Amino acid sequence: MTEPLLRVDGLKTHFLTRAGTVKAVDGVDLRLDRGEILGLVGESGSGKSVTGQSILGLVDPPGRVVGGRVLFQGEDLVGAGEKRLRAIRGRRIAMIFQDPMMTLNPVLSIGTQMVEAVRAHEAVSRAEAWERSRRALARVGIASPDERLASYPHQFSGGMRQRVAIAIALLHSPDLIIADEPTTALDVTIQAQILFEVQKLCHETGTALIWVTHDLAVVSALADRVAVMYAGRVVETGTVAEIIGAPRHPYTRGLLESVPSRNRRGVPLRSIPGMTPSVLDLPEGCAFRPRCDRPTAACTTMPELAGERDDRAWRCWNPVAAEVRGDAA
Amino acid sequence: MTAAPIIELDGLTKRFSRKLDVVERFARRLGAAVDDRAVQAVSGVDLSIAEGEVVGLVGESGCGKSTLGRMVAGILPPSAGTLRWRGRDLRELSPADRHHANLKIQMVFQDPMASLNPRLRVADIVGEAPVVHGLVPRRQAEDYVAATLRQVGLDPAYLRRYPHQFSGGQRQRIGIARALAVKPDVLVCDESVAALDVSIQAQIINLFMRLREELSLTYLFISHDLGVVEHISDRTAIMYLGRIVELAPTPELFDKPNHPYAKALLDEAPRVSVEKRRFAPIRGEIPSPLDPPAGCAFHPRCPHAMPRCSAERPALRAIAPRRWSACHLNETTGP
Ligand SMILES: Nc1ncnc2c1ncn2[C@@H]1O[C@H](COP(=O)(O)OP(=O)(O)OP(=O)(O)O)[C@@H](O)[C@H]1O
Ligand SMILES: Nc1ncnc2c1ncn2[C@@H]1O[C@H](COP(=O)(O)OP(=O)(O)OP(=O)(O)O)[C@@H](O)[C@H]1O
Ligand code: SF4
Ligand code: SF4
Ligand SMILES: [Mg+2]
Ligand SMILES: [Mg+2]
Repeated sequence: MTEPLLRVDGLKTHFLTRAGTVKAVDGVDLRLDRGEILGLVGESGSGKSVTGQSILGLVDPPGRVVGGRVLFQGEDLVGAGEKRLRAIRGRRIAMIFQDPMMTLNPVLSIGTQMVEAVRAHEAVSRAEAWERSRRALARVGIASPDERLASYPHQFSGGMRQRVAIAIALLHSPDLIIADEPTTALDVTIQAQILFEVQKLCHETGTALIWVTHDLAVVSALADRVAVMYAGRVVETGTVAEIIGAPRHPYTRGLLESVPSRNRRGVPLRSIPGMTPSVLDLPEGCAFRPRCDRPTAACTTMPELAGERDDRAWRCWNPVAAEVRGDAA
Repeated sequence: MTAAPIIELDGLTKRFSRKLDVVERFARRLGAAVDDRAVQAVSGVDLSIAEGEVVGLVGESGCGKSTLGRMVAGILPPSAGTLRWRGRDLRELSPADRHHANLKIQMVFQDPMASLNPRLRVADIVGEAPVVHGLVPRRQAEDYVAATLRQVGLDPAYLRRYPHQFSGGQRQRIGIARALAVKPDVLVCDESVAALDVSIQAQIINLFMRLREELSLTYLFISHDLGVVEHISDRTAIMYLGRIVELAPTPELFDKPNHPYAKALLDEAPRVSVEKRRFAPIRGEIPSPLDPPAGCAFHPRCPHAMPRCSAERPALRAIAPRRWSACHLNETTGP
């Protein structure tokens, strides 16, 4: 097997708080080849954003990567110096944050920020950078680019800010984009425009993509493979057809059943009972146990991520039967 | 329903004016066509919402949904038009009554990080307003907050944490808890379940529907997620570039959309399937609210556009009982 573009091995990121150690990410494995699109889905609070931030060395104290490796083209980014990471960020690996205001500075105009982003990694004139920024805005469906470049973030709608953050990530055709819920607030026509640009980029330049989202419809249409997270760990991984068509982990199955379009209008939606466990206070063994409808005595010890192949695996003692379901919603 | 609507919007309009700054003058020197035009974010919206009703509001990013929602919630003053609360013009209410009305209409913001004070703990973010407004005695505040957090699926163990210590979806739920804590009559929900995984989303939607039954809560529910809107709302309004272009009972609109933009939306909606899809770019030109097209704002993208469409703006007209649409096609032939 050739070395993948990105390999995350046993990544652990913990936050040391006064109330205790928050094990936000606790042993995550991922791999990604060039041009591949991985959908990362999972419970709110399960560690998807922290995983993305850990890959780029962007976890703020009191958070810290306490274990594992992040191999990017063979180079371990855990422990890499800040200078090295800064050279990689933006140019080789771009991150689109869940909150666009993490990318955007409220007191600078969008144009100033985009021109800076272009010139941070390439020696081009201001005029050339301005022109590149105009084109980038057009790609994400923002009209009147000159006036928009001259505006400030607070003059944009929520979805427009998201799109600017996406445009900035696309500027340099990086090797890897980590996109954290990038289209949560976009209507479907604009979303389709952006997914078109993203597919084109992956196809033409071999950019690989980690697309963090809760939107299973988008994942199923966009991704090659999916990893499902729960309480700091990957609990199931496989191709889109395998995850959507034949989920094996009870949490994955519960997720699919909660999709509104798979439910009847007006009646309560099927949902997984119970609450997300506090990561400070996880049950022993399988973290999903208090909410699971098929626990057995074995479940009090943590199941391994295992299955048919390295990239088709689940973390469950009593997996759901593999009935193949090829239906749409 | 015959009672006076709980909320009535009449020609509600919002303009944001912009002044040139240093960067813009720089851009102008580069030959950019920059001037200090105003953005008309919302143009003449009429809408009445009955008590206990759920109205879904859908539309393109930047079309004015949040701006409309903020005006309804009394956070942003309209530039023109009137807003009636239980039949009375808000501007004519006494300060005390207006204060009461504003408390009764709560908004759950699109951007939870920007709307939560980073220096306050969750206990205070959620508990302050109910104490200040005398809904809960201070010594019971903590229990009250804990119960409210549990309602939105958050562990009360989080009470002492600050907003930045939460995940995106957890912050969204703090915003919902804060709004629910003051026992509102109307909730304006702006993309309130967008950052939640579907199982938590299902719990929150079920909570919203239960509160509606129990407290006859009224909702203006802004969402880009058509599946959610179809599930939760009685009527759906579709906005395009500052105006409502279609308004109809939800099942009818989803079965048989009338307006070409509504049709485009429903056609694009991704479905959960095992098949990969090739996405296509938007055909035609995306209009800018800074420079709206003349006539029907959708005409640069509309597959049915006729000469009349770029000259004359179609009004929002009744096309059937309880159904409204703004498209010239309804006057020439059937839709
Ligand atoms: N600064 C922090 N201090 C303490 N705990 C934190 C901090 N940042 C994140 N966490 C916790 O780490 C866990 C994982 O958070 P993360 O943001 O990665 O979740 P997520 O999977 O992205 O969720 P969502 O879908 O809601 O965005 C959460 O339980 C969160 O409360
Ligand atoms: N404070 C402001 N100053 C200037 N323009 C503004 C301001 N707030 C909003 N706008 C503009 O008004 C228009 C409508 O914005 P609004 O936030 O209401 O859109 P939206 O429908 O909520 O979009 P989204 O789905 O992306 O959140 C946009 O063109 C935006 O740039
Ligand atoms: S390991 Fe046991 S508790 Fe965990 S998901 Fe599987 S069956 Fe349920
Ligand atoms: S008025 Fe004309 S351009 Fe507008 S939606 Fe109808 S047919 Fe299309
Ligand atoms: Mg997140
Ligand atoms: Mg908005």
